Amino acid sequence: MSATEGLTIAVPRGALLAGALDRLDRLGLDTAEVRANDRKLLFADQGIVTMRPSDVPTYVEAGAADLGVTGKDVLMEQAERAVYEVLDLGFGACRMVLATRAGPDPVAEALRRLGTARIATKYPRIAAAFFQRTGRQAEIVEVTGSVELAPLTGLVEGIVDLTATGTTLRENDLVIREEIAACTARLIANPVAHKLRAAAIDDVIGRLRAG
Amino acid sequence: MVPSIPSGTRDVLPDEMRELRAIGERLRAVYADAGYGEVYTPALEYEDTLARGGSPGVPAYRLFDEHGAVLVLRSDMTVPIARVAATRYATAEPPLRFCYAAHAYRGVRPQRGQAREFLQSGVELIGAPAPDGTVEALSLLCAGLDAAGLREYRVGLGDAALYPGLLDALGVTGSGRVQVLHELATRDFVGLERHVGALGLEAGAAELLVRVPQSRGGPEALEARGGAGPADAALAEAVAGLRAVHERLPAGVAERVILDLGLARNLGYYTGAVFEVYDPRLGVPIGGGGRYDDLLGRFGRPLPAVGFALTVERLHIALTAQEAAPS
Repeated sequence: MSATEGLTIAVPRGALLAGALDRLDRLGLDTAEVRANDRKLLFADQGIVTMRPSDVPTYVEAGAADLGVTGKDVLMEQAERAVYEVLDLGFGACRMVLATRAGPDPVAEALRRLGTARIATKYPRIAAAFFQRTGRQAEIVEVTGSVELAPLTGLVEGIVDLTATGTTLRENDLVIREEIAACTARLIANPVAHKLRAAAIDDVIGRLRAG
Repeated sequence: MVPSIPSGTRDVLPDEMRELRAIGERLRAVYADAGYGEVYTPALEYEDTLARGGSPGVPAYRLFDEHGAVLVLRSDMTVPIARVAATRYATAEPPLRFCYAAHAYRGVRPQRGQAREFLQSGVELIGAPAPDGTVEALSLLCAGLDAAGLREYRVGLGDAALYPGLLDALGVTGSGRVQVLHELATRDFVGLERHVGALGLEAGAAELLVRVPQSRGGPEALEARGGAGPADAALAEAVAGLRAVHERLPAGVAERVILDLGLARNLGYYTGAVFEVYDPRLGVPIGGGGRYDDLLGRFGRPLPAVGFALTVERLHIALTAQEAAPS
């Protein structure tokens, strides 16, 4: 039995990895092997599985992991996933923003003269919901690579993307026009595990909240 | 091109069909022994009928008949059976006991154990108020699962009226109430805490609204810690109701039960006790049910009622996983 009483935790590789492992260290899990090995995916002794952040809700919803750490941006984009969002872990803070090229706002200009704006994003559902909520029409263009390129080439007037420091936006001559949401890392739980492993999960939540 | 079938539906071939039949047969035998008579209702109902009953969700499949009336495929069996009980048994002496094995249809995102056409096996007990009716339904639920051969299942038991009652008592209305209930329905406790914080309640009341949905476990989950002034009575009432059910359950059933003050089934018609079946080998509930004391009244014969439905395909997946696991 590990420090988390045999719970399986899905941990995101990438920007949130270090913060997530720091929290798991405080629970008493030995994460040295996870830090040292970036090819291995399953660490059975520690009850840790690693994956892309956007896959974490998939594993937790299906019960392949009891708990998971992922960004609020992922949870917003996959809003239909049946998982419990149980704790704001506080790290990995960033903002979901609408950005355009500097100078006169091309999105406002397009909306005024053409009635609709083209928006590139890796988060099509967040972007669509944002424009619907604010009563504006937008054509959402889904891209998977560097979103910053899209407005520079004239593909779109604006982008919806996640930014932590704004450096990448600035370097590409883009400015933030509107903030859509503030995002941090969240702890999520499988609904069945949340009932059947209530004591173990509440213990993890309590210790993470305290420290 | 290979002819395909609609998204979210599937073909069942002989090996699986044989096992599904066997499970359904065991459940039906348990219901029949307990005096439940099997009924079948049309897969198609008038949209108005299901809307009157508060059937869950937007109908997945909607069509018109030759007169232009809107028909929908039923999204569960509870509302059709309430209609049957109120219309075909308008003068019959309650309680009425019905069971069924029938397909229902919902516009879900298809994944394992979640199809748009799925087989439900369940019962409706009409005219039996809480707590005894609830005890009978829970006991039958466990008897059915035992007969099907599922070994490690648990049943979550909560109260659908609890949280709205707390909000009523605390005078939470309007958009604040809508937001709080939305966070609860989407299982977002982080958002719940934020929205409750924005309501401007006293600290004790706010703490209660955040804590109650996360209170689950053995009888200790019912330790009614008040401290929220006007909401204390609403909490005490729900807790007393759950305790009354829990105390009356036979030992074999009681040990399966997880008391869960946060259990909220997203179906419109539940009024009191609600339950859900979990198995450690499946990440989604196998079935559930609860009290719907107002539903029959909407069809003209007010009677308290309770029922449950098991999704046979999910039960089959859990049994298969149990078989594969080292015992």
